[in-house]
Amino acid sequence: MSFVLQPVADPAAPLARRNPVAKLAAALLFTLPLLSTLDPLTPAIALAIELAALPFFGVRLSVLARRAWPLLIAALGLLATMVLFAADRGGRLLLDLGPFDITTGVLVSALGLILRLFAIAVPGVIVFATTDPTDLADSLVQNAKAPPRFAIGALAAFRLLPLLDQEWQMITLARRARGVDAGRNPVAASRLFISTAFALLVGALRRGGRLAVAMDARGFDSGIPRTYARRQIFTPADTALLIGATALSATALGISIALGFFRPIIG
Amino acid sequence: MSEVVLRGFGWRHAGRRAWAVREVDLRIAHGERVLLLGPSGAGKSTLLAALAGLLPEDSGESEGTIEIDGLDPRKARDQVGIVFQDPQTQLVMARSGDDVAFGLENRGVPPADIWPRVSDALDRVGFPYPIIRSTAALSGGEAQRLALAGVLALRPRLLLLDEPTANLDPDGAVLVREAISALRLDASMIIVEHRVAEALPLVDRVVVLEPGGGVRADGAPEVVFAAYGDRLAEEGVWVPGFTIPPLKSRSTAGPSLVRTEQATVAGRLAPVSLGVGGGEVLAVTGPNGAGKSTLALLLGGLLAPTAGRVRAFDDPKPPHRWRAATLTGRIGSVFQNPEHQFVTSRVVDELALGPRRLGRYDQQVIDDLLERLRLTKLAAANPYTLSGGEARRLSVATALATAPRLLVLDEPTFGQDRRTWIELVTLLATLRDDGHAIVAVTHDDDFVQTVADRTFPLGTPRLPDPLPRRRRL
Repeated sequence: MSFVLQPVADPAAPLARRNPVAKLAAALLFTLPLLSTLDPLTPAIALAIELAALPFFGVRLSVLARRAWPLLIAALGLLATMVLFAADRGGRLLLDLGPFDITTGVLVSALGLILRLFAIAVPGVIVFATTDPTDLADSLVQNAKAPPRFAIGALAAFRLLPLLDQEWQMITLARRARGVDAGRNPVAASRLFISTAFALLVGALRRGGRLAVAMDARGFDSGIPRTYARRQIFTPADTALLIGATALSATALGISIALGFFRPIIG
Repeated sequence: MSEVVLRGFGWRHAGRRAWAVREVDLRIAHGERVLLLGPSGAGKSTLLAALAGLLPEDSGESEGTIEIDGLDPRKARDQVGIVFQDPQTQLVMARSGDDVAFGLENRGVPPADIWPRVSDALDRVGFPYPIIRSTAALSGGEAQRLALAGVLALRPRLLLLDEPTANLDPDGAVLVREAISALRLDASMIIVEHRVAEALPLVDRVVVLEPGGGVRADGAPEVVFAAYGDRLAEEGVWVPGFTIPPLKSRSTAGPSLVRTEQATVAGRLAPVSLGVGGGEVLAVTGPNGAGKSTLALLLGGLLAPTAGRVRAFDDPKPPHRWRAATLTGRIGSVFQNPEHQFVTSRVVDELALGPRRLGRYDQQVIDDLLERLRLTKLAAANPYTLSGGEARRLSVATALATAPRLLVLDEPTFGQDRRTWIELVTLLATLRDDGHAIVAVTHDDDFVQTVADRTFPLGTPRLPDPLPRRRRL
């Protein structure tokens, strides 16, 4: 388990330097319209646009692959689900498996879903690969008027996350030392997992409580309007990023409608 | 001028029968530096929390008055700064400078003033790095200096230090004490600290709280210790000048129960060859990062070496391949943080767990252990609610419950008061004289002097030699 999510992109890239809230909003503006259709072409175009945008964010393809590989597992899951449960088994028969016949219809539906998954997740991966968590919290408070208690509190909790990793290992080892292991019994293994997770949670809550007290002792709950040591500014370039994201999303949808692929999710 | 006045002050946490602190009369003038002492449970930390305004009115019941410059501490929060024990749960931000700025932002300091005050505070504590230094990359002592800077930047008139070095190794503790003693404070200071000898140069007055309520003693350090030193030492305070006689083994060690041959853990521990036999206490010492805890895990059968071998109890299989039940019957491991080891929700169940796993549960053995480690009254308590000393005693007791012949302990005396310390050391000496093999990873020189029969110093091969070789010859 690793919770470390440090930015890994080239910080000098023109779009990586954009305001964090602008990047987050652009990702949403780009991906939300994609949800309106079930066809495979729209997400395919969107994914092509996203990959073409990578160099402007200073993210190398290898970095994206490393960050996005858990999506592959989800994609395989989607494929298996479609093969097992798809209602529409039209199209040409490819493999005769009785009730689990694999047909071109099944594969096209599965492909559409998998492309949607990637097209929607990749912008998020890009935003977090190019954004420092501190900058994001600052920007959420200053540009999106998020409550500081939430944004800065989440940031402080975020700093404690890597500790959970070490903590998990130590608790696991300590339990073995106490004579507690699961051997090859899967029921015992899952019980052990749950009780280890519980011990981890107890520790995390106590640490979180102590941190909250220390933060309040430094005036976090003073009620005085906070000032900002680090300015996050929303510039015209950030507005341009939002407009660009909306326009590109509309383009992807437009092509799909023009070519007759568009399948609205409602109706 | 900030003046602290307590008249008959008391506080009882909601849901508790006993008062955490009671009937305290105290007056501290501006600029005084006070060491607050008392046995465990006398209410020192509660008193500091009250002064810091961190006890919300609905979280308990109060009596008497407590005032800072005539104000309720909850309304004088901007006058008071507090540094806690654990640096990990005080730092908020990812970069050092941002962390110092955090408090200033909270108090609404104008942005133009923030960064000059940040660098000023960092200079005052002798913080050696640039402001973008990652807080995760700091050692414990450095992190605690940073926490102190974060408080000083707010220019408190009353500085409270709640065992600021208790979670640090000796080098880290020195870093923090040097920073405190170098401060030219225009403020009063109250410090709670178990290690009196180290804290005395920082203060000019000592106040001793009485556990049942009230102030037992108050005055110049020499006067207080001349009158109450022996009683305080007996109650667990590390009063300077009270030494403990050594408890060394009188016989030679038996054949090795565990031995390592060039055992290595890549990136954490350089090759180590050693053996430990029944009837000896081996202390593993060395600086941070030398791999002491890693070695303890290897000897405890909890970690596999990446190269070399570990053999124990003449078993052809190395200890890390044993089943957990086999392991716990042969080797008892005591971790640095006792809470990592707790599995059940009652002290007595915690002791029964290991023997049950081995199929040799015996209530008599458990009762004896409870008695021996002064836990009988706590038998039904939840292990997570115990104090530091109680939790440590319980973690040692759980390791002993399965009667292993080899005990591996990671910093067993760390942060303990004098009373628990003596109990632990005496217990380990007794176990050793009964033929147990004991390995203790430790920073504690007193522990090594008192009970260790042999020392195994681990070096730091990664650091360059500070002296050129020629000058040594």
